[in-house]
Amino acid sequence: MFYREAGQFRTTYEADGQILPIRQDRIVLLATLAIAVVAVPFIASPYLLSAILIPFLIFSLAALGLNILTGYAGQLSLGTAAFMAVGAFASWNFVARIPGMPMLLAFVLGGLCAALVGIAFGLPSLRIRGFYLAAATLATQFFVIWCLTKISWLTNYSPSGVITAQRIEIMGYAFDTPQRKYVLVLLVVALLALLAKNLVRSNVGRSWMAVRDMDMAAEVIGIRPMRTKLLAFAVSSFYCGVAGALYAFAYLGTVEPEAYSLDLSFRILFMIIIGGVGSILGSFLGAAFIVLLPVFLNIAAHGLALPTSVASNLELMVFGALIIFFLIVEPHGLARLWQIGKEKLRLWPFPH
Amino acid sequence: MNFFFEVLIGGLLSGVMYALVAIGFVLIYKASGVFNFAQGAMVFFAALTCVGLMDKFGMSLWLAIPCTMVAMIVLGFAIERVVLRPLVNQPEITLFMATIGLAFFLEGLAQLLWGSQVHQLPLPIEDVPMQSLLDRFNIVVSQFDVIAALICGVLVAALALLFAKTKVGRALRAVADDHQAALAVGIPLQRIWAILWAVAGVVALVAGLLWGARNGVQFALTFIALKALPVLILGGFTSVPGAIVGGLIIGASEKLAEVYIGPLVGGGIEGWFPYVLALLFLLVRPEGLFGEKIIRRI
Repeated sequence: MFYREAGQFRTTYEADGQILPIRQDRIVLLATLAIAVVAVPFIASPYLLSAILIPFLIFSLAALGLNILTGYAGQLSLGTAAFMAVGAFASWNFVARIPGMPMLLAFVLGGLCAALVGIAFGLPSLRIRGFYLAAATLATQFFVIWCLTKISWLTNYSPSGVITAQRIEIMGYAFDTPQRKYVLVLLVVALLALLAKNLVRSNVGRSWMAVRDMDMAAEVIGIRPMRTKLLAFAVSSFYCGVAGALYAFAYLGTVEPEAYSLDLSFRILFMIIIGGVGSILGSFLGAAFIVLLPVFLNIAAHGLALPTSVASNLELMVFGALIIFFLIVEPHGLARLWQIGKEKLRLWPFPH
Repeated sequence: MNFFFEVLIGGLLSGVMYALVAIGFVLIYKASGVFNFAQGAMVFFAALTCVGLMDKFGMSLWLAIPCTMVAMIVLGFAIERVVLRPLVNQPEITLFMATIGLAFFLEGLAQLLWGSQVHQLPLPIEDVPMQSLLDRFNIVVSQFDVIAALICGVLVAALALLFAKTKVGRALRAVADDHQAALAVGIPLQRIWAILWAVAGVVALVAGLLWGARNGVQFALTFIALKALPVLILGGFTSVPGAIVGGLIIGASEKLAEVYIGPLVGGGIEGWFPYVLALLFLLVRPEGLFGEKIIRRI
């Protein structure tokens, strides 16, 4: 009844090619964005903002990065956290070493550094594929974190290896409260998500998907696999790098190698599995799910008065079981559920 | 020079242990095409169950080991039933991710059942230098390592016999060649998979006992799966000999690199050196040392 496209005619090429061709989708998306920008910072408590919404947005961005690589270009990677670490450390160093460096530019440069590292570690993907590549990307994870721990120039010779992130200041305006940090993160993530959505609709995205579906066939029809794969690695690492910088600056407040462990890489991989591999919306849904799940489990464990050790082990088990459950029941993730929901809504309230 | 040989032999012997974990991977990958990321968790689960049975129920080691073996076999069957059977015909990557979920589940379950503190595992093998080698060549080689290597050798030989001589082994090889063809000639695919996971569970138990006796039974055991990955890359995912040779190369080069290159760059390179080595090797030979030549068609 409410979700029906009857009567919406697309008469120009622009209208036909837009991201959300259905008016209801546009309204819902714009309303969500408006509420997220205008209302949420005033309504939400600082706890909700800094412990749930900010990490949710940052993880969404990282998941988006991994989804570009794994979901669209078909290159399984277990080194996401390493790219995030590169982004964070590079941004920190740009701000610390270049006087008057604008913060946003530092984030972009951090992302570009991560992209360079991504290209370097994406090179093996030209010769190896599948599981061999997944195992090889673990090399990124271990090597990058090792570098960040051992090369003390990168941490400005801090004895503990933990450095405090600089205050985020843009044009003299300090983003130092949870509300302000949230708005900044939201704007960055929304912008990059829009970019990603358009990227995967463009010929670049189509060539990624061609390589994902069958790289030999893609090569035969004239897609250059080298350029395509390395571009996927670069773009994906850029997203992860920016996410890592935001993670350090807007969420943790510190820059340290330990924050970017293999565990984080896995978490982000889970986000895209549960959210939906090869879907922009899925990255957000998956991130929300993985951020909220421990919170709910904690509340449940608290309600049942379980000791913390039992609760943390149960959390591991629930995580593992959910992954398997999702893979069995809905391999395309939450995004697919939403799609099914839309199909049903189109018919509702009539059966066909 | 003595020092060099000591490091080399120590590395080779620890390589045997990597190979043991890698064989668990290879078994499953070969016959079902599942890249089993949960192998490390299974090693941890097996070792912790064994120690837990001894601590909580006062079993002796020789009673606890068969009990754990039964538990691992039951686990193998359960995994086939609950995780793999519903995922038949899914792409390999889905199955791989399912085993990551399985790894998390097993880690949580093991610690929930048996607690998360570090346990000692008293195997009746002493970790002392071998006297005869010390006398003759002045080289320190741990007796424990040598016996562990021997046990691995026996296990590999037993597996080779199982594969080559028994009916189940023949069925396993048939399944490895082609699932559908195996089904067509009446091989019960699901039972074969269950057996395979059970065998991998037993291999995990042996690895868990040896590693646990060495370093204590603790959560860090799960990370030996990460140690086994470069071995697999190097040796090829489908070859048991590859896993052994890969293990030896990785073990030796890793220890040598740590001793000779480590000090130049600040140490701690054991974590990534095997990966980089394996990666460089892949650039030359993408299917690994003994892997099957990959032929791709459209």
